[in-house]
This record gives sequence, C-alpha cells and structure tokens, in this order.
Amino acid sequence: MSPGKASGSLLVSELATMFRRRRTIALLVVLAAVPVLIAIAVKVSSSPAQPGHGPAFLDRVSQNGLFVAVTALVVSTPLFFPLAVGVVAGDSIAGEANLGTLRYLLIAPVGRVRLLVVKFVASCVFCVVAAFAMALAGAAIGAALFPVGRVTLLGGATVSPTAALGRSALVAVYVTISLIGVAAMGLFVSTLTEMPVGAMAAIVVLTIASQILDGIPQVGWLHPWLMSHEWLGFGDLMRSPISWNSMQRNSLLQLGYVAVFGALAYSRFTTKDVLS
Amino acid sequence: MTAELAIETHGLVKLFGRRAAVGGIDLVVPAGAVYGFLGPNGSGKTTTIRMLLGLATIGAGEAKVLGAEIPQHVSSVLPRVGALVEGPAFYPYLSGRANLLRLDSANRDARADTRGARVDRAIERVGLTHAAAKRVRGYSLGMKQRLGIAAALLSPRELLVLDEPTNGLDPQGTREVRSLVRSLAADGTTVFVSSHLLGEVEQLCSHVGVMSNGLLVAQGTLDTLRSLTRPRLRVETPDTGDATRVLARLGLLDVRIEAASLDAVTAEANGIATEDACAALVEAGVRVRGLRTEHGSLEDSFVALTGEGFDVAG
Repeated sequence: MSPGKASGSLLVSELATMFRRRRTIALLVVLAAVPVLIAIAVKVSSSPAQPGHGPAFLDRVSQNGLFVAVTALVVSTPLFFPLAVGVVAGDSIAGEANLGTLRYLLIAPVGRVRLLVVKFVASCVFCVVAAFAMALAGAAIGAALFPVGRVTLLGGATVSPTAALGRSALVAVYVTISLIGVAAMGLFVSTLTEMPVGAMAAIVVLTIASQILDGIPQVGWLHPWLMSHEWLGFGDLMRSPISWNSMQRNSLLQLGYVAVFGALAYSRFTTKDVLS
Repeated sequence: MTAELAIETHGLVKLFGRRAAVGGIDLVVPAGAVYGFLGPNGSGKTTTIRMLLGLATIGAGEAKVLGAEIPQHVSSVLPRVGALVEGPAFYPYLSGRANLLRLDSANRDARADTRGARVDRAIERVGLTHAAAKRVRGYSLGMKQRLGIAAALLSPRELLVLDEPTNGLDPQGTREVRSLVRSLAADGTTVFVSSHLLGEVEQLCSHVGVMSNGLLVAQGTLDTLRSLTRPRLRVETPDTGDATRVLARLGLLDVRIEAASLDAVTAEANGIATEDACAALVEAGVRVRGLRTEHGSLEDSFVALTGEGFDVAG
C-alpha cells in the first residue's frame, strides 16, 4: 500500500479510462490512416513524385515502402499531431471539471499534485502511442504496396531494411518528444477552464502561432525558444552516421516547456477553487 | 482517533468577488449526530460543504473536520469521509462498476486487493447490482444518485457528507436512502446531510443547522429548534367571536380567527393549560367542536428564522 503502488493503480485506471474512450480510439485510427492515404495516393497516381515537390521523403515512397512512415510523420507534425495531443491534454483536467468527476476525484482524495502528474504521464503515453500507431501503420502499408529494399539515406549511404525500420522508430521517438511540450502546455491550459473544447482550441491556436512566428525572420531572436522550432529536425536521424544534435536541442527545448508549463499548471491547480 | 466534534468551524467565510456566499458561520456537528443542514437554494450550503472538503479555499475563519484542520490536513481526513456534493457525476462511457473502481483507485488509502469486493458491496447496498455492468449513460437520475451514494460508501467512513441525497429519487428511493442513513448512523457514522426538504430532515436528523443568505441563523438539536416557535391552542367552533373574547380574557396572546377555515380560532398558549382554556370556553357557552395545543413544527421555525417561502413538498 505504498504511495508509489497506489499511484500506479491510478495511472492504470487513467490509461484504461482514456483508451476505453471511443474518442481516443478514433483519434488513433485517424492518425494511422494518414500513411495509408499517402501510400494509396502515391500508388494510384500515374506521375511519379518529383524530388523537391511535396512533403519531404515523398519522392522516395514509390521506390521504397519504408519511406511511407517517415513521410506521414513529417506531414502530420505541424497540425495533426498537435491537434490530437491537444484534444487529449486539453481534456485532461477541463474534461473532468466539465463532467463533475473532478470534485469526486479530489474528495476520493486523489491529491491535486498526484492527479496532475498522472494526467501528464497519461498524455505522454498517448503521444508515444499516437506516434507509433502512425509509424507502424506506415510500415505495414508501405511494405504491402511498394518494394522494400535497402534504403538510401540523406548522405547517400545505404542501410538494410531492418536498420531503416530502426530509423523510422527513431523518428517516431523524435515526434513523441516534440509532442511532450504540447502535452505540458495542454495540461496547463486545461487547468484554466471547465470547457474542454476551449482548452483544445487554445492549444491548437498556440501551436500554430508558434509555427507562424517561426517562419517570420524578423523575430529570429525568438525562434530558438519556440516550441515548434525543432519539430521538423528529424532529418538528422536519416543521416549516416546519425547526428544527434537536433534530438538533443529538441529534448532540451521540450524539457524547458515541461518545466515552465508544469510549474504553471501546479501553481494554478493547487490553488484552484473547484466549483464545477 | 475520534474527535468529539465531527465538524467544527469558526467564522467560516467564502467570498465570490465582493459577495459573501458564506458570511462567517460557526458550525458544530457532534460526532455520531445526524445533522440536517437546512436552507433555501443559494443560501450557501453547498459552498460550505466545498470548503469543508477542500474543494474551495477558505476565505477566512477556520474549519476542522474529524478533529483536523482544513485544508492543511485534507489528505489525511478525506479518506475517512464519504461525500456526495451537488449531484452525482460519472463518466458516461464507463459502467457503474468501472466508475466506482476508478474513484476507489483515486483514493490513496484504499487497498487495491479488496477493491473489487468493496465496490460490489457498495453497489449492492444501494440496490444497483442489476445495473452495475451498464454504462452510466443509460442510468436514470435516481440510479446515478444511488451510484453516488455507493461511491461515498466505498470505504468505511467516520463522516458522510450528503448534499441533497434524495434529489431525483422516487418515493421508494427516498425511503431507502432514509433507512440507509439511519443504519449508517446506528453504526456510529456521523452524517451531515444538506437538504431543502424539511420533512426529510425532520424524519432523519438529531441536529439541525439553518442557513439563510450565507449565515447560520440557528443550530441545535431538532427539539431545540422546534421549540423556537411557541405552542398554539387551536379551537374549532362556530362561535369564533365569543371564543376570541374568552381566550383573550384568559391571557392567551396573538388570538386570531383561522383564515383558512373561518370556524377555528388559534392563539399562542402562553402557559395556559389546554384543559383550563376548555373549561373557560364551555362556561362561556362557546360550542367547542375540537380543541388541541399544537407544538411548533420545524417548518414554522424555519419560516420564522429565514422569512422565506420554502419548498416543503416531499
């Protein structure tokens, strides 16, 4: 009956509640459908994709099915993933407040800090599952529709299909890390309101604003601090040897966002009047 | 650890903006009591309960629950408190049983190995076993209310806080809740039940506190509160004029002809024995059809205290 064990059973309950929800399953299905759509689009189109046109890696899909997953992850990073994580993280506290279950969790008593931690960890688990659901669906449909062979990396070196699968998994890990900042921000926004839809919209707006700012050279000083600044840096993982620079920078950046928004969520939620 | 007082507050205040939802109340709830927390809607009952359970911060004053300061010791106190606050709330997409399992796993002090058995027993206690596997989405309000009470009974509790526990229940359900509360109280659990239904409180409670506009306007045992209104003598007679004169001469106060029936006179007894009044009336030739002294009801006390129209139905 140690606190650790008790928190474990709350986390299990949280994950079971999350993954028993039809909405969560629908989100994962939509995310897994992205690579399927890409693969089918490339397969049925007569003109081969040209290098330099369309999303990164798209031109390689028809030559090697292993690129489907990576292409899907690239395409989904700016909007689809933040949206999905925004729905889950934005709902974390606001959704409980909206249902009224928040008051019953608190008088159970769950402990406000414990609830925040469990909600954040559950959102992170969702990030992992979302990224890997897409990567796995991409690998499966790629192997089904296209030839699979040695993969030519960005520098020209080639690796075996197994190693290429490993690279895809690394990209999925990279995406997961990118999304953890969104999850932390979502958790904070979720403590501000009792309307989950409002929280979700705010998260999407903030991630888009971050990407717009990242595209404006006049605020270049701000770019390294933007949540989305390293989101598309996973090209480094497709080199030989692997360059870990962007992974490191991205991890530090997201860790910073977790610290800042974690602290904000803590100070907000531990003093909040739960009147819903 | 048993405190003599289950709930104790001093000058408890809650401000919303500049409005005092609770304006400095001193609650005294003895351990083992069934305490009826009465008041019209919007009088501050639920806000008080939220402060006692650590859901809302305390604006000023202090509160102790089961002998421990709130909110400092809320995490050690709440496992010993079961509560139903402002209606039941559940995850509609989970079954009743799954909802209770989740709430129980939120309780740090609850043992995981007995969880399933405790949940099943709580569900059985409120008569929901047949619906336990159904999604809460399909529950009626009364079923949700029962499930909410079951949630309060997941662990052995020293204090139960029930905010309007019979809301949405049919008469049968209301009776069941009443007998459930009685059996819990008989086991020594203190029950703090808020209600705007006087009849419910009168049948159930040993102690009563009355809220009005954020203030606790009266508090005490049920009998003390009832005695706040003085007993009245009621005479049924066609000779209302004569009766009025006789009673006034005897020294009874506030003598009036009952507006509702027009053939009865009522007066504050003022210490005059019923039989003496009867003798005087008969001697004066008043045709007495009926005569009795009526003791104050909780409703009379309530209206006298709050001056509010009150929902006495049910």
